[in-house]
Amino acid sequence: MKFIDEYCNVELSQRLVERIRHKSAREVRLMEFCGGHTHAILRYGIRQLLPPTVEMLSGPGCPVCVTANADLDKAIALSGLPGVILASFGDMLRIPGSYSSLQKAKAEGADIRIVYSAMDALRLARENPHRSIIFLGIGFEATAPTIAASILEAEGERIDNYYVFSIHKLCPPVIRALLQSGEVKLDGIVCPGHVSAIIGSQPYEFIAKEYGIACAVAGFEPLDILLSIDMLLAQIESGKPEVEIAYRRGVRPEGNLRAQEIMGQVFETCPATWRGIGEVPQSGLRLRQEYQRFDTEKAFYVDPGPPREARGCLCGDILRGVKWPSDCRLFGQVCTPEHPVGPCMVSSEGSCAAYYQYQSHEAALSK
Amino acid sequence: MCLAIPAKVLSIEGYQAEAEIAGVTRQISLRLTPEVKVGDWVLLHTGYAINVIDEDAAKETLKLLEEMCEVY
Ligand code: SF4
Repeated sequence: MKFIDEYCNVELSQRLVERIRHKSAREVRLMEFCGGHTHAILRYGIRQLLPPTVEMLSGPGCPVCVTANADLDKAIALSGLPGVILASFGDMLRIPGSYSSLQKAKAEGADIRIVYSAMDALRLARENPHRSIIFLGIGFEATAPTIAASILEAEGERIDNYYVFSIHKLCPPVIRALLQSGEVKLDGIVCPGHVSAIIGSQPYEFIAKEYGIACAVAGFEPLDILLSIDMLLAQIESGKPEVEIAYRRGVRPEGNLRAQEIMGQVFETCPATWRGIGEVPQSGLRLRQEYQRFDTEKAFYVDPGPPREARGCLCGDILRGVKWPSDCRLFGQVCTPEHPVGPCMVSSEGSCAAYYQYQSHEAALSK
Repeated sequence: MCLAIPAKVLSIEGYQAEAEIAGVTRQISLRLTPEVKVGDWVLLHTGYAINVIDEDAAKETLKLLEEMCEVY
């Protein structure tokens, strides 16, 4: 496919790896924030190709994984309300909550529909005027504007049975929280690609300025990721951290202003609770006053009970970059993609799922 | 979840467009990228074009990569 195949060029990738090996003088620790990057890095074996001096940690960039059980439990409870159709991206269905999952709720009779787009959820609202359509609004800055756009569309068409349960999360505030905690020491961050297509590269400036950490925004093909690593090493070597874009075909420094405008029109920031990280100020999005009639928080009341965490699951630590999937005693034994214990084993962007899928079990355990 | 793929816009009607994704034609929304023209490539995420792909930048990056790797 155009804009993908060229960036998978094996020969060029090999030469770039050579260059990185040659360049890498001292030990550095980099974090790929985004779960999509974690998958690409494991899928193309990039971790093994890098010199031993370059350590790559995975970050919390998996929207499904960082969803707190309390929010997931609420979504499951909402799906059980009479007259409700709950529309969700497919990724969420198999995530185990405290007591159940959306998939179990669906098997037990809840009307839960998998949608590919907020447009599909809106279509459900048009086609089912006597039902309440609740869309599970999950995702980072790449997804939130699409859901904001669907709300504006619903408003324009006077659709009054469309609601959004907004558990969106924002990336720069959680990066700040991770760095502030001081729990992981990093030299560089591979910044998310499609989130940055919306927000641009400017919101990461504080990472370089305040924390002295190198930043490079990356795409998802091998050459994109290798280029970002090359940029990070050069920044670290020169002692001049900044924010570079290794994904210029998809990301401009200022981002997509129209999408930012739509997102800002419908949503305002609020505190949000992240799995494993806790409450992070300004890291969530809730509907603004003017759009409250689309807000499930205002229209429905559910009490799913106190949230519980799965015993032995280390997802929270893995999301903070302080543990590896291989540190979890349940990995590959009790917890598999078929029988997931935690969200990191289910989501297409989860670290445990990536290790399980792309590395042999032994390799993952000996990491 | 945050995946986006390149799609080529074939026709536009208001905020709706037809786009080709790996040989398949689909309806997409241009609400977030109203500047899109027929023939443009966009990054498609959950049915919405979230950005126009900058073809010049794409070529420049490839050229940069070639140059960087010349001596290796
Ligand atoms: S292997 Fe399973 S139980 Fe262990 S951390 Fe990963 S998702 Fe949680």
